[in-house]
Amino acid sequence: MAYLELDRVAKQFGAQTVVDDFSLAVGKGEFISFLGPSGCGKTTTLQMIAGFLDPTRGAIRLEDKDLTAIHPAKRGLGIVFQSYALFPHMTAAENVAFGLEMRKVTRSERTERVRAALAMVGLAGFEDRHPRRMSGGQQQRVALARALVIKPSVLLLDEPLSNLDAKLREEMQIELRQIQRTIGTTTILVTHDQNEAMSLSDRIVVMSQGKIEQIGTPQETYEKPASAFVSQFLGKTNDFAATIDRTATPARLAAGSWSAPAPAGLSGPVTVSIRPERIGFGDAGLNAKIVTRIFQGNHWLFQCDSECGPAIVIRQNDGERQPAEGEAVRLTWRPQDMSVRGVA
Amino acid sequence: MSAAAEERNARAPWALTAPALMLFVGVLLIPLAMTVMLSFHDWGQYKGIEPVFILKNWREIATDPYYAEMFWRTFRVAILTTVLTAVLGAPEAYILNRMSGRWKSIFLLVILGPLLISVVARTLGWALLFGGNNGLVNKLLMSAGLIRSPIPFMFTETGMVVALAHVMMPFMVLSVWAALQRLDPQIENAALSLGAGPITIIRRIIMPQIMPGVLSGAIIVFSLSASAFATPAIIGGRRLKVAATLAYDEFLNTLNWPLGAAVATLLLVALVLIVVGSNALIERRYAEVFR
Ligand SMILES: Nc1ncnc2c1ncn2[C@@H]1O[C@H](COP(=O)(O)OP(=O)(O)OP(=O)(O)O)[C@@H](O)[C@H]1O
Ligand SMILES: [Mg+2]
Repeated sequence: MAYLELDRVAKQFGAQTVVDDFSLAVGKGEFISFLGPSGCGKTTTLQMIAGFLDPTRGAIRLEDKDLTAIHPAKRGLGIVFQSYALFPHMTAAENVAFGLEMRKVTRSERTERVRAALAMVGLAGFEDRHPRRMSGGQQQRVALARALVIKPSVLLLDEPLSNLDAKLREEMQIELRQIQRTIGTTTILVTHDQNEAMSLSDRIVVMSQGKIEQIGTPQETYEKPASAFVSQFLGKTNDFAATIDRTATPARLAAGSWSAPAPAGLSGPVTVSIRPERIGFGDAGLNAKIVTRIFQGNHWLFQCDSECGPAIVIRQNDGERQPAEGEAVRLTWRPQDMSVRGVA
Repeated sequence: MSAAAEERNARAPWALTAPALMLFVGVLLIPLAMTVMLSFHDWGQYKGIEPVFILKNWREIATDPYYAEMFWRTFRVAILTTVLTAVLGAPEAYILNRMSGRWKSIFLLVILGPLLISVVARTLGWALLFGGNNGLVNKLLMSAGLIRSPIPFMFTETGMVVALAHVMMPFMVLSVWAALQRLDPQIENAALSLGAGPITIIRRIIMPQIMPGVLSGAIIVFSLSASAFATPAIIGGRRLKVAATLAYDEFLNTLNWPLGAAVATLLLVALVLIVVGSNALIERRYAEVFR
């Protein structure tokens, strides 16, 4: 049963529809990511759940209770803002204690819980620091502790890691996931970083221009993208124009000189997309020429010029000989590794 | 680098600042020093100014209770004006900051507009509204039977404080406004999500963060009010003198320049001490917010 449910939620600013027809059911303890390019309405959706914005249409329910009828201060959600929004005039401990104070938790319990929360995010001993005297990563941890200490029913994270450098971001991702696993808080993370969404979430909601493109596990969205947008947005992909010929028996799908038995359903011109790491070099298949070859440690990246336009191929660095730049090759892949879409 | 070039380099900053420095020394420091010296000179009705070194003027200021009362009035008026502008100006800036788009610019203009009008004109406006039996508001209220005698405004400290507060308000609003701009736009939402009500948010989150702005606004308003001339001159006239109007009278009416210089010097020294002292206190107290 759904713990948090968004039912055809929409938000308009004046005439502009920013979020439209947004339906999502989040299970208890689940880690969900909203993934999409800048301006697609991720923050707006999160703010509607938080209660800072009212949806124009639709309903938001938490444990079957109408959430939109509850004042934001009474929703009991934990929120980490992109800018952290720490209280600069309070120490780390005072920041974390604020939510507990509002809940009239006794002083002794408060001290204990603040200490535990700061220890959990690895900030034991930083109780008396002011936010402006802390690094970005430390501030981020204080913000997380402040949101978690009130034992929120849902944790909302708005691009909490985007201000951190690459290495710190990776560390925090692992830590965030561990903390979430340990305490089991239902979590929604907003991000425009596909790696972050993939490595953290149970399910990803891919958004574009205020609409949901696909909801699925990281693997599903990566391997079975529901639209061209999803396949382009989640990592590199090759889109080839192809045709399905139903007059032949059995019906065949052909992209240049590569062909395979056609899947059921579609016919005529289609688009096939194949991830670069699923393409191999073989004796038959799409004619192509290697344009550049880039060594990236554990793998090789090839940019090719094929019959069907530019193509990218990634091969594991397994010690085998790899084709050189300028060499003519044949590109081949297994039919089950591609996804086929009708041409819109 | 050769020694000569090094020397030239060391001189360059001085050479570059020389014109401004000369202007500063010429029109500010020298007259100021002369004013201080003047305050130690003697003066008589018939002999005029005598360039000697005596403490007569300072002794007079220190012993005659008239001066003590006048200085107390000056600072009382300045403090009350400061408090009034802070109490009205800080919420005003906060509300202004929360307005959206077009209304914000319209109201900002309304608040800053008075700066474009001469202080004299604005103060005379108050006099026209409340001045004795002929003041517009007094006339209206009296004919409506709400009051029997006109609200006393002219030649009162209350009148001075009200008119000064009106004149000084933009400085307070601008100063608080600047502090509000530095607030994280999500800070109120953060407090809200943690369960804080609107009053708690203002008291615990907003106020402490804009306090430096209120205090620096207060320093500006206080020093401008304590040394204000036009408004106290129009509202207080000869009857209710403050330091600036007294110094003016000594210089231009009594022609007792040395005594006027002593009053002006004392006002300057007191103001500098108060402003520097409170500024140091504020910076220490709000180190965390200022950084
Ligand atoms: N208060 C508002 N009034 C009008 N339009 C708004 C308002 N807030 C957001 N928008 C518009 O709504 C759209 C979505 O904004 P939103 O902040 O939800 O994007 P986002 O997905 O969070 O993007 P980012 O990754 O850049 O944070 C944008 O086009 C933005 O211009
Ligand atoms: Mg956003």
